[in-house]
Amino acid sequence: MNAPPPPNADVGSVAIRLQGIVKTFGETVANRGTALEVKRGEIHALVGENGAGKSTLMRILSGMYAPDAGTVEVASGEGRLHDVTGWNTAAAIDAGVGMVHQHFMLVPPLTVAENVVLGREPKRGLQVDRRAAEKSVADLSARSGLVVSPSAKVADLSVGEAQRVEILKALYRGAKILILDEPTAVLSPPEVRQLWDVLRTLRADGGTIVLITHKLDEVMDVSDAITVMRGGETVARLETRATTPREIARAMVGRDVALVLDVERSDRARSLPDRAPLLELRHVRVDSPRRARVVDDVSLSVAPGEIVGIAGVEGNGQTELVEVIAGLTTLSAGEIRIAGHDAARLTVRERGDAGLSHVPEDRHRRGLVLDYSVADNLILGQQHHFTRGATLEAARIVAHARQRIAEFDIRPSNPLLAARALSGGNQQKVVIAREMGGGRDFNVLLAAQPTRGVDVGAIEFIHDRLRRARDEGKAVLLVSADLAEVLALSDRIAVMYGGKIVVVLPRREASVETLGRYMTGATGAPAQVA
Amino acid sequence: MTTPVADLVHAAPPSVQPDVGARSASLMEALLPPVVALLVAIVVGDVLILTFGQSPVAVYRLLLDGTWGNAYGIGQVLYKATTLTFTGLAVALGIRAGLFNIGGEGQLAAGGFVAAMIGLAMPAATPAIVAALLCTIGAAAGGGVVGAVPGYLRAQFGAHEVITTIMLNFVVLALLGWIVSAKIHVPESLHTPEIHSGGVTRLADIMPVFHGSAANLTLLVALATAGAVSWYLFRTRRGFELRAVGLQPDAAEYGGVDVGGVRWRALALSGALAGTGGINFVLGYKHYYEDGFATGAGFLGIAVALVGRNSPFGIVIAALLFATLSQGGLAVNALVPKQMVDVLQAVVILAVATAVPAVRQSIRSSAKSVARSLMENGDAAGGGSR
Repeated sequence: MNAPPPPNADVGSVAIRLQGIVKTFGETVANRGTALEVKRGEIHALVGENGAGKSTLMRILSGMYAPDAGTVEVASGEGRLHDVTGWNTAAAIDAGVGMVHQHFMLVPPLTVAENVVLGREPKRGLQVDRRAAEKSVADLSARSGLVVSPSAKVADLSVGEAQRVEILKALYRGAKILILDEPTAVLSPPEVRQLWDVLRTLRADGGTIVLITHKLDEVMDVSDAITVMRGGETVARLETRATTPREIARAMVGRDVALVLDVERSDRARSLPDRAPLLELRHVRVDSPRRARVVDDVSLSVAPGEIVGIAGVEGNGQTELVEVIAGLTTLSAGEIRIAGHDAARLTVRERGDAGLSHVPEDRHRRGLVLDYSVADNLILGQQHHFTRGATLEAARIVAHARQRIAEFDIRPSNPLLAARALSGGNQQKVVIAREMGGGRDFNVLLAAQPTRGVDVGAIEFIHDRLRRARDEGKAVLLVSADLAEVLALSDRIAVMYGGKIVVVLPRREASVETLGRYMTGATGAPAQVA
Repeated sequence: MTTPVADLVHAAPPSVQPDVGARSASLMEALLPPVVALLVAIVVGDVLILTFGQSPVAVYRLLLDGTWGNAYGIGQVLYKATTLTFTGLAVALGIRAGLFNIGGEGQLAAGGFVAAMIGLAMPAATPAIVAALLCTIGAAAGGGVVGAVPGYLRAQFGAHEVITTIMLNFVVLALLGWIVSAKIHVPESLHTPEIHSGGVTRLADIMPVFHGSAANLTLLVALATAGAVSWYLFRTRRGFELRAVGLQPDAAEYGGVDVGGVRWRALALSGALAGTGGINFVLGYKHYYEDGFATGAGFLGIAVALVGRNSPFGIVIAALLFATLSQGGLAVNALVPKQMVDVLQAVVILAVATAVPAVRQSIRSSAKSVARSLMENGDAAGGGSR
């Protein structure tokens, strides 16, 4: 599957070697004796559950953190390994180590070229030589296959294009070792394929790439070698050609897990109950301050016992659609009915009381008050049900928390711990426990990116809960950027593009290929309307 | 010399305190920052005093003698701390809701003015307790109205309270100055006539040792208010929602909280707290409203809230600290300029602001919130409103 890297003088020599890395933050141990070895001219996948210490390790490599113990060696240019333990970011950049972060660090009003050269501008006298900048960026863009117009404003770019600018920025600074932190989270399938092409081009050029990811299909698609981390330790180093997704998953979690792919096959074609829909959207339109018709004439309904999945590249109106249903955004036109009742003018709280549960896509911004305790977070949105007179019922809140913690196996199990202190997977469990746990009376569930940034074990658990909600006759609207997830869980799949629902397909007619085509706005097949 | 202090500073406990509805910062946590800040200030003070050619020991002894060394000094410190507790609580309540109310000066003055007006309007025969109560409610209402204006502007138009509250200070103070000087002042003075009823008992009337000091029973009102604010913030549903808005407005909105309404109410409440502080001077001390009685106390409330880490208990302690320094400034005037104590106050604030992680974080998040809302407003001006 992977073409062997083209012959190159020093391919195969070691480019990065980290040994015995220990890094602690207060009581949390992020790395405990971690080792990583990456060969020159290799695409190396660094995989592991959330909280396994991948990002910390890469921050140590790129000079953002100094390790408490252990050595970092990097071969800069054509040279041999040098001990660079505890260097800083500037030194790392000078040595050709570039990191592309999950969250872009770009200046939106500036052009692509200006962003790329920022900090290292070509000068003419005291002025920035704009033309030289654009030319060198255009050259770099052509050479690497990162297609993006140098004179375009970053604010006008799609997420995929912005990511290319980030990579160009690293290359412009002379990066020969490129670290990418979960780069595909924001990309559509065709954009992912383009990214893989770019990475292969860079590899052919003698570049070394470390790819942080938790998506096993990506690992199998593009990498040459794999390092698996678990609990801050390196648990396996695998050659991609000689391994299977199952083996990688077992190394990540430490036990056998049901992979999404298996579930997909076992999911039966169910006959849908012919009952009145619990969630109904009619000609829903949303205008945001920045853009009119972010959600444009969307009509969709979800019946009891049904999961409707919404697929689409992020930024095509899914976020706004979920928020308008939840009451967090103003409805410009159209109708929203929850359990048969007009909900368009209800407040967030009233919608909750009408039977709407909402797992928001961004748990750090929306879903949790990070500095509140787990117990307090478990009543967020329900606080009026835990009030007597003016005061909150502290004892009942803690008792409720203990029940949810036991029911959802939230760890650590201390209800008074701040939510900030939990791992991503456990934070998401707090949200899920609050929205779907015992005692919460709901009939419609909005699940937006319910497994984003969550480890394989927790994904299995969350999927299980979603299916159980379906089996209990709830209506579930699932929004996910992960096509495998949408395919694994949904009875029907709608694709959003440019604020519109371009197609609604029954599960059996949907595949990654068909959905991928609709997601990019292509109209390969006659669109059906729900 | 500086090393042990720095160590102490870093030993300060980490910022965020999880709480289950009810749990204010522990005693230790509330006490440590002001103590550390004071130590740093003393070190800096030593240097300053030495440059004036005086002995630090002598100056500090004088400072202590003039404040905690005799009943009059203690009374003056308690009097000053009372006003500062109110303005500190006002700032802290705002910060808990993510709002930076720097309109304490105007709110305090407005509260005092309304209290005086009510006291003047009532016949002398009004029972003292009834009159005092009405004046106090009037003071809260006066400050509350001044606080509610920026609250309304923030909730309705997104106008940032840092700008509106500080501008409103000028409006309110100028307006009150004009009313007093043009309409109701006593000739040859800048104050109103004395109120007929509503005076609050002086401490000296109960305990004669305090003779001559301004301390009065308003200090009990201040303590009770601190308790009430703590209860409101940490025990009630409204407090839960207010703090959620302060920490993460988006999450609060998701949790069904009317974010605009909370901000509106919080600023009105914050203004009411500052306004209530006005009774300390008007009912407890002079029995009239005087132009400029509140000067500095509103702004010092920011420092008090900062050092008290926005916890009502911590604020009482911090208010005592700043009141001590401010009274002590008068006492040491014979040896060193009293401005030296102003420098010490500033050093205390700087030490706390830089050394205590929680305070650093709260300053950073205030700055972020200002920046964010300024940007949002820029967008709104560009088209559409939020």
